[in-house]
Amino acid sequence: MDWDWQFVREILPTLAEGVVVTIQATLLGSVLAMVIGLVFAILRRTSNRWLSRIITFFLDFVRGTPLLVQLYFLFYILPDLGVTLAPLVAGVIGLGLHYGSYTAEVYRAGIDNISKGQWEAAKAVNLTGPQTWVHVIIPQAVPPMIPALANYFIAMFKETPLLSAITVLELMNQARSVANFHYRYLEPMTLVGVFFLAISIPSVILLRYLERRYARGH
Amino acid sequence: MDQWVGYIDLILDGAVVTIQLTVMGCALALVVAFAAGLGRLSRFAALRWLATIYIEFFRGTSIFVQLFWAYFVLPLLGFPLTPMQAGVLALGLNVGAYGAEVVRGAVLAIPREQTEACVALNLTRWQRLRYVILPQALVIMLPTFNNNAIELLKGTAIVSLISLADMTFQAQVVRAQTGNTAVPFLTILVLYFLIASVITGLIRGLERRLSKGLDVTKA
Repeated sequence: MDWDWQFVREILPTLAEGVVVTIQATLLGSVLAMVIGLVFAILRRTSNRWLSRIITFFLDFVRGTPLLVQLYFLFYILPDLGVTLAPLVAGVIGLGLHYGSYTAEVYRAGIDNISKGQWEAAKAVNLTGPQTWVHVIIPQAVPPMIPALANYFIAMFKETPLLSAITVLELMNQARSVANFHYRYLEPMTLVGVFFLAISIPSVILLRYLERRYARGH
Repeated sequence: MDQWVGYIDLILDGAVVTIQLTVMGCALALVVAFAAGLGRLSRFAALRWLATIYIEFFRGTSIFVQLFWAYFVLPLLGFPLTPMQAGVLALGLNVGAYGAEVVRGAVLAIPREQTEACVALNLTRWQRLRYVILPQALVIMLPTFNNNAIELLKGTAIVSLISLADMTFQAQVVRAQTGNTAVPFLTILVLYFLIASVITGLIRGLERRLSKGLDVTKA
């Protein structure tokens, strides 16, 4: 089977529509994962032991089960409960929840790495709780987290094709539909692969730069 | 209640396929991880390049794309694969690429004095690797291998999309037949979690056995 450039030109506009959705899903999912992870990380620090145990178990559970099944669960269950979501919205919630369980660990490690002396010093100079977080803890805890968070967002980007299983018209879904329509798989599938490489190789280079930059002084 | 017994059987059939995929995928991933990981540390530039290209390619594209490529494009190039073969191939090569970086990192984490001591004792390169470096590096690799194995287990769910009757596929069948979503999907979520816990337990046990008598710094 030979590579057909004419066919490639024909399908590119359709694939481009899918690229837009893939990027939307990744960006929205990343923002949601950052927020959800932070909420879990803070809730887990509560003094209530049972709440913290339940959250720990829930996070382990989410990390130990496939994203695809979680997506199906969200997509098919929520309508039963009377909540009907657009496929893309359900997909973004799934991505955010799944990767939120990973970012929660990143936040936890980042906060745990701040030495006790910092908390004591903040108390000694009479800072309030929020002041301690804003002026002392967060400025020190966040920079070392950036490479780890970025790593998960790259991983999330590579998992967005799963959204095609819940009928989101992202890149993979567009590629499959043109492939099925023309019964030619070589070009669409290969182009999807090339697109993922084209985004993830520069991202990995950026990530290495971030790692070098934020590794200093910590 | 009676009808559920038949459906449970269906899901358990799927669980067997999921476990087969996981075990065979892990076996392939392990072999590939050592080959590519040690290849990246080779004396020969050609081997290093080959290993780097493999690793970056499989880490850079999505497992989903790799699976579809293996299943839909390889037959056109003259390599017809069954869904099971395509699944094991894609999962093994994908997770193997992540594993290769773990192997490389662990070998590099062994202090240089160990290599120097081997040179002083006149061990051959193979003896150095087999008896000194790998036994220590393996203990460092295991915790990350655990994560990789669980990623592979979770990855098996996507083979349901190329019509292989794994656990996720069977849950979809049950959903289509009963119209109930919560029961089949909660069941398989719990089963996936149980399998993941078994993998973690096995690897922790292995870690304890292998680290006996070793004075390695934990990574």
